[in-house]
Amino acid sequence: MSDVLTVQGLTVSVRDVALVSDVELTVGPGERVGLIGESGSGKSLTALSVLGLLPEDVLAAGSVRLSGVDHELIGADERRMSRVRGRHLAMVFQEPMTALNPTMRVGDQVAEAMLIHRTRSSRRAARIAAAELLELVQLPGVMRTYPHQLSGGQRQRVVLALALANDPALLICDEPTTALDVTVQAMVLDLIMRGVAARESALLFITHDLAVVATVCQRVLVMYGGRVVESGPVTEVFTRPRHRYTEGLIAASDLESADSGPADVGLATSAPRRLPTIPGNVPPAGQFPDGCVFRNRCAHATETCATLPPWTGTPTQGFACHHPAGASDA
Amino acid sequence: MPEPVIQVTDLVRDYPRPRTSLFRRAPVVHALRGVSFEVRAGERFGIVGESGCGKSTLLRILAALDRATSGQVVVDGTDITNLPERRLSFLRENLQLVFQDPMSSLDPRMRVRDIIAEPLVVQGHPASGDRVRELLDAVGLPPNAGDRYPHQFSGGQRQRISIARALAPRPKILVADEPVSALDVSVRAQVLNLISDLVDELDLTLVFVSHDLSVVKHVCDRVAVMNAGQIVETGTTGEVYATPAHPYTRRLVAAIPTLARALTGTTTTDLLKGAPT
Ligand SMILES: Nc1ncnc2c1ncn2[C@@H]1O[C@H](COP(=O)(O)OP(=O)(O)OP(=O)(O)O)[C@@H](O)[C@H]1O
Ligand SMILES: Nc1ncnc2c1ncn2[C@@H]1O[C@H](COP(=O)(O)OP(=O)(O)OP(=O)(O)O)[C@@H](O)[C@H]1O
Ligand code: SF4
Ligand SMILES: [Mg+2]
Ligand SMILES: [Mg+2]
Repeated sequence: MSDVLTVQGLTVSVRDVALVSDVELTVGPGERVGLIGESGSGKSLTALSVLGLLPEDVLAAGSVRLSGVDHELIGADERRMSRVRGRHLAMVFQEPMTALNPTMRVGDQVAEAMLIHRTRSSRRAARIAAAELLELVQLPGVMRTYPHQLSGGQRQRVVLALALANDPALLICDEPTTALDVTVQAMVLDLIMRGVAARESALLFITHDLAVVATVCQRVLVMYGGRVVESGPVTEVFTRPRHRYTEGLIAASDLESADSGPADVGLATSAPRRLPTIPGNVPPAGQFPDGCVFRNRCAHATETCATLPPWTGTPTQGFACHHPAGASDA
Repeated sequence: MPEPVIQVTDLVRDYPRPRTSLFRRAPVVHALRGVSFEVRAGERFGIVGESGCGKSTLLRILAALDRATSGQVVVDGTDITNLPERRLSFLRENLQLVFQDPMSSLDPRMRVRDIIAEPLVVQGHPASGDRVRELLDAVGLPPNAGDRYPHQFSGGQRQRISIARALAPRPKILVADEPVSALDVSVRAQVLNLISDLVDELDLTLVFVSHDLSVVKHVCDRVAVMNAGQIVETGTTGEVYATPAHPYTRRLVAAIPTLARALTGTTTTDLLKGAPT
């Protein structure tokens, strides 16, 4: 079966500064793919390019195709994109209020989403479906509630109900649980998983939290400096990272083994608490080095790294690093 | 045993202002319902719990930025519960706060050097350029960072600025309210290391609040678990994390996604394990 989403050679730029370069990305039917990387690595711009929601001064080039939509999404006018968004393609962002109308009851908003795309035959049918959807995200009895009356986690579940309203082929989530605490996050993540599974929707899930992506996704792409530097199955990338950036990211997020180890149970030792870190900061857009974008922070960088590392592997599993981790000659 | 530097006894905070709930109007919000604990000198004490459980309310009262409805807070031997503002200067020097959102807690119109010197100026100390440079250095920022404005820094760098500001009056106690929750993983690691190092080097007592027990476990020796305005469990962080006794703590621990568990097949449904149905 052909892919639901196919992104080829995506480049995003503002004036002459490239913010995202040569991104290749596919998501198969029902597949759950993660996009990870530090703040400023270009994850959201990639998602916004697919959604056709880039700010005016930001330009996308390349190709974005969605199955079931017979035209190219890059450069498509807003009239066409608004038929695709919310129908074939839906999204959940970090801040739920960006997707909600503060002056409209929650039930009406969900029903409206279906009526706009004519996926329900009547207002009555849409309202019944909306009530069912809200119940599905475990918010029974909120049909007549306004968004401000709900907590952050409840609002995010309304947004999820909205996103799932028309059984989209692809759901894009950009940091959907970053503002939530761990218990609410667990609930929202589980609802996302159930929602896409029930509809056989594909999922593109963006986060900087590696543990979340490993729990939710089957495949992952690692972004840095606007480029995909590594990709592959979650178990592969997280247990045998090849790119030096992926390696650093995994080490920095591992609170478990940085602690004093399994023997610390019951002991208040002042064991070493230092976490491995990636030296330095993510440079601002346009100030990444040429060649390998990571080379000014990489402990393994050599002169060779001043040339752009080629992609090694297949389109769905590989890396772009001159001196990869786990290589026999490393 | 070292002296307790913080003693909290039966602390209650009711907010009279009713918040509209989904189904009914609550007459009062019981933000804290009888909280008691002690923190000893040099200890790293964590407070963990869900959003709305009262963590920030508790910290605000510890820092005398808010008043308790009843109960007592003793800091360094002095009962601060009902002290008038003019007698709180010892507390402002000894106990400093770092907040979650480095953007909203830093005045965007002030230069970084003035932000860092502010607590000194407020307390009537001269704020020398040397002291500011020393503080910038302590948090790993270049000396010229002082000339710039907060918006010219990344989230992690802004949190370093807040930490430098908190350290300015040479406090004995550092209180941090979700200091890394808004940061991404690699920056989180840098800021956690920084806090740990500073606590060691400067012999600070640390009170560290988070909704994520795995983060608290990493920086703290002991932890109190809060649920709905009450402490339901206290213990060493290792113990509480590995063998949580209270059902609420079990739910908190189960909800933390970890890479190791995810790779052995833990699903989102497993994260909800222990959750009430
Ligand atoms: N409209 C814009 N004009 C100029 N630069 C921009 C614009 N939007 C984003 N950028 C820059 O592009 C880079 C990538 O931004 P993007 O929002 O995609 O990052 P991200 O990976 O989603 O980060 P985060 O985790 O913080 O959300 C950043 O350096 C950002 O400052
Ligand atoms: N000024 C206030 N007036 C009324 N109610 C308040 C006020 N401040 C806090 N509350 C309520 O008191 C309770 C505890 O709030 P608090 O901010 O201490 O929680 P928290 O544990 O810090 O949560 P979070 O993790 O979201 O920061 C909540 O129900 C909150 O809505
Ligand atoms: S290509 Fe070179 S600089 Fe880039 S990650 Fe690999 S070793 Fe480091
Ligand atoms: Mg983003
Ligand atoms: Mg709080």
